[in-house]
Amino acid sequence: MMRKGSFYIKQRADRASLRKGSSPLLSNLDLELAERCNNNCIHCYINQPADDYNAKKRELKTEEIKAILEEAASLGCLKVRFTGGEPLLREDFEELYIFARKQGLKVPIFTNATLITPELASLFARIPPLEKVEITAYGMNRKSYEAVSRVPGSYDAAWEGINQLLERKVPFVVKFAILPPNRDEIKEFEAWAASLPWTDSFPTFSMFFDLRCHRDSEEKNRLIKRLRLTPEEGLAILTRRREKYIREMRQFCSKFMCQSGENLFSCGAGAGGGCVDAYGRLQPCLLLRHPAAIYDLKRGTLREAMEDFYPRMRKMKAKNPDYLARCARCFLKGLCEQCPAKSWMEHGSLDTPVDYLCEVAHAQARYLGLLKEGEKAWKVRNWKQRIKNFSMKEPIPQERSRVEARAC
Amino acid sequence: MKEKEESMKANVSLETVYVPSEDIVIREIEGELIVVPLVSGIGDLEDELFTMNATGRAIMEKLDKKKSLKDVVNELSLLYKAPADEIEQDVVGFMEELLKRRMIVKVSRA
Repeated sequence: MMRKGSFYIKQRADRASLRKGSSPLLSNLDLELAERCNNNCIHCYINQPADDYNAKKRELKTEEIKAILEEAASLGCLKVRFTGGEPLLREDFEELYIFARKQGLKVPIFTNATLITPELASLFARIPPLEKVEITAYGMNRKSYEAVSRVPGSYDAAWEGINQLLERKVPFVVKFAILPPNRDEIKEFEAWAASLPWTDSFPTFSMFFDLRCHRDSEEKNRLIKRLRLTPEEGLAILTRRREKYIREMRQFCSKFMCQSGENLFSCGAGAGGGCVDAYGRLQPCLLLRHPAAIYDLKRGTLREAMEDFYPRMRKMKAKNPDYLARCARCFLKGLCEQCPAKSWMEHGSLDTPVDYLCEVAHAQARYLGLLKEGEKAWKVRNWKQRIKNFSMKEPIPQERSRVEARAC
Repeated sequence: MKEKEESMKANVSLETVYVPSEDIVIREIEGELIVVPLVSGIGDLEDELFTMNATGRAIMEKLDKKKSLKDVVNELSLLYKAPADEIEQDVVGFMEELLKRRMIVKVSRA
């Protein structure tokens, strides 16, 4: 027999896998409790109005969500993320949250914090989500925040919610959406984020915004495109901590960069995870809503989807000649966010190159010295050697880009 | 140190029946027994989970409403073909920790 203290292994829930053996059929699941949101953010890829009667009527009923949570747990799922829209808009949120936790699930929550009441914060303190609550901030003052959220009073409501969590010591992290009204507030945001008790790394930023995931508004898509940072502006933000960025990219490139080939799903979409939308449709990831990738959970089960539907979907190959000539041969995979979901949102197909993402990836590759000015990554033949040279190179290039200098 | 250990031991009685508490959820995932805290204060950190090894699992699985800890020790002694006093020492140590973490509670024998 073993001695005291050696009967179990303690592990951080957000770190390495707790299991030594094979992975379960479903490891994690995103659950969009509602597409509705009480904010009306200028850049949002999904939101419906909070009082949208038709959207609310179509949403899954409490018992339907519980059945999905039960099945997810029975398949070995350890984490179900409650997201939206704004998940706290649902009147049965507390009931669903407690139910999910009693299934032995970790329940991280994505929220704008505006609806966190003292009662809800107390619930999170008593029954913790087992992962930090994730809050997106849209500005560091009322004017910039509400220029993004477009809801008067939302800034104060968000602060109130954040303070409720702070008072009860409920761990949370903050993210920042970089948009024209708040672009001058990045340093202020970082200083605030660093002052929070649970911040253990640099905060994350969203800046290369996605178009509407339902492809439901050309007008909104035009606005989102106008709000996006240019590739050079994005690069300037990514490389603000230059040494750290390059150090990380050296490791990243050596592990993940290669040609994509004709297989559409080189990512993990639909493999051990997925996302259930507010109406019971399972998607392979949070963003991909192409009809060919949707599995209706009102007509089938999570098990069937994970055992049969998604393995078949993941074998899909690209057919678009433009994709095959560019993306399939491009070695910037990993650096580039091109994927079936982004192709769907931008073009309504699974395999159309997204020029904006291509430009962002090329800007990074040029900065890292992987490409020369004017070069296209899919035309580079000695890409393996370039990655090897970059990954093994010790000194960090001294020449700072003009863009970075401008940003500083 | 020895005094502290003795005082902790006093919390666990061989005549008592223990069961997993309602403050945790025990799950079996791909053959692994995983303890997921339901309420705060079970783990040392807020996001900590626990994976039982084979020995911990064998003990946990015997915690029903019927067996006293002495019964558990005797059954494990037969299972592992080891002297009961050795087994007892291990089991009591483990139970102390589980009790301290509120993973088990005392109940009346069913």
